[in-house]
Amino acid sequence: MHEMSIALNIIDIVSSQARAEQAQKINQIELEIGELAGIMIDSLEFCFEAASKNTLADGASLSIIRIPGKGICHHCHNEIDVDNFITVCPNCGGFGVEITQGKELKIRSINID
Amino acid sequence: MCDTCGCGQPGDPVTIRKPGQENITHNHDHPHPHSHDHTHESEPSHDHGRTLRVEQDILLKNNLLAERNRGYFEAKKIFALNLVSSPGSGKTTLLERTIATLKQEFPIAVIEGDQQSLRDADRIEKTGVPVVQINTGTGCHLDADMINRAVHELDPKDQSLLFIENVGNLVCPALFELGEAHKIVIISVTEGDDKPQKYPTMFSVADICIINKTDLLPYVDFDLEACKQNASQVNSHLQFFDLSAKTGEGLDQWFEWIRKQVKPS
Ligand SMILES: Nc1nc2c(ncn2[C@@H]2O[C@H](COP(=O)(O)OP(=O)(O)OP(=O)(O)O)[C@@H](O)[C@H]2O)c(=O)[nH]1
Ligand SMILES: [Mg+2]
Ligand SMILES: [Zn+2]
Ligand SMILES: [Zn+2]
Ligand SMILES: [Zn+2]
Repeated sequence: MHEMSIALNIIDIVSSQARAEQAQKINQIELEIGELAGIMIDSLEFCFEAASKNTLADGASLSIIRIPGKGICHHCHNEIDVDNFITVCPNCGGFGVEITQGKELKIRSINID
Repeated sequence: MCDTCGCGQPGDPVTIRKPGQENITHNHDHPHPHSHDHTHESEPSHDHGRTLRVEQDILLKNNLLAERNRGYFEAKKIFALNLVSSPGSGKTTLLERTIATLKQEFPIAVIEGDQQSLRDADRIEKTGVPVVQINTGTGCHLDADMINRAVHELDPKDQSLLFIENVGNLVCPALFELGEAHKIVIISVTEGDDKPQKYPTMFSVADICIINKTDLLPYVDFDLEACKQNASQVNSHLQFFDLSAKTGEGLDQWFEWIRKQVKPS
């Protein structure tokens, strides 16, 4: 369950930011998670709740922004939607679409008190 | 909470040892926050509290450590390969065969990753090359920090070939860069030719795909060409090797590829 590692990394980053701001509490964490990032959201939420106990992030809500997969076709140069990594271009049938979006795994902002 | 040092971390019983070593040191990583990154903006929110922009990659710490490993490998001209697969696809068997043939040509070292036990490290030790075992406990993947510590133990020679056998798992290791030159995904013909569609993340980050246990092709419904096509749809750069680590069929092309990488002419 790599979602546990992801949750621990999130807690690590937001706690140090919140501490630097002398925050008492983290209310909300805004995350960008791409559809192609390989993360199960349910599992991440579960791990986050368990791992944040007794940290500054205890009780914080996760606001998750899903970023859809997109890519550029090497052959016809169109931008296409990429679902489940299948990189065959629906326009020209060409192989070799370069994924340009959807692998994000980022903390966008935090709300603190 | 970590009950050895009381650091407030969840217990993380990662151990790193060589065959025959039983002392398990308290040596987990402590992702305690030490950085003092400055946030650049703080904007009032009408709700309550303040909102700070963070804009940080969640895996930044691992990625930075992986870069450090990569720098070390480059400086010592170590060629590191990260082998990933489902449990039982034949990673250790392939390593045994590969080491037996190539150890006369250049130094080889191995990092073994499993949740528990020294079994794979014991198998590699019999081939006569240096090996360390990482036991991740409940962890489902190796990360850059574990590799950093294992390499420290192993101290591979300059210009060596370093194999890293990841924990048997086709999902999690895809996200964690180790500093390797290439990720190599191995599937065996008993697993079904639709593996690439089921685990596309792994196939998308690998450079090489090995299809193992080809000696069993007559007994299973596995369409080699369909499997390669499925994998190429996910990653058009993938290079394939079909082989049997048991009979040795197809191993020569694999060895040739390694020789070219280790000693670029
Ligand atoms: N028939 C056949 N069996 C193989 C081949 N390669 C490996 N095996 C068998 O597959 C089983 C698992 O092989 P291992 O090399 O231990 O696999 P692994 O990927 O290292 O397994 P984990 O470390 O547990 O993930 C063993 O019984 C091997 O003998 C092959 O090419 N053909
Ligand atoms: Mg093994
Ligand atoms: Zn996992
Ligand atoms: Zn196209
Ligand atoms: Zn501890």
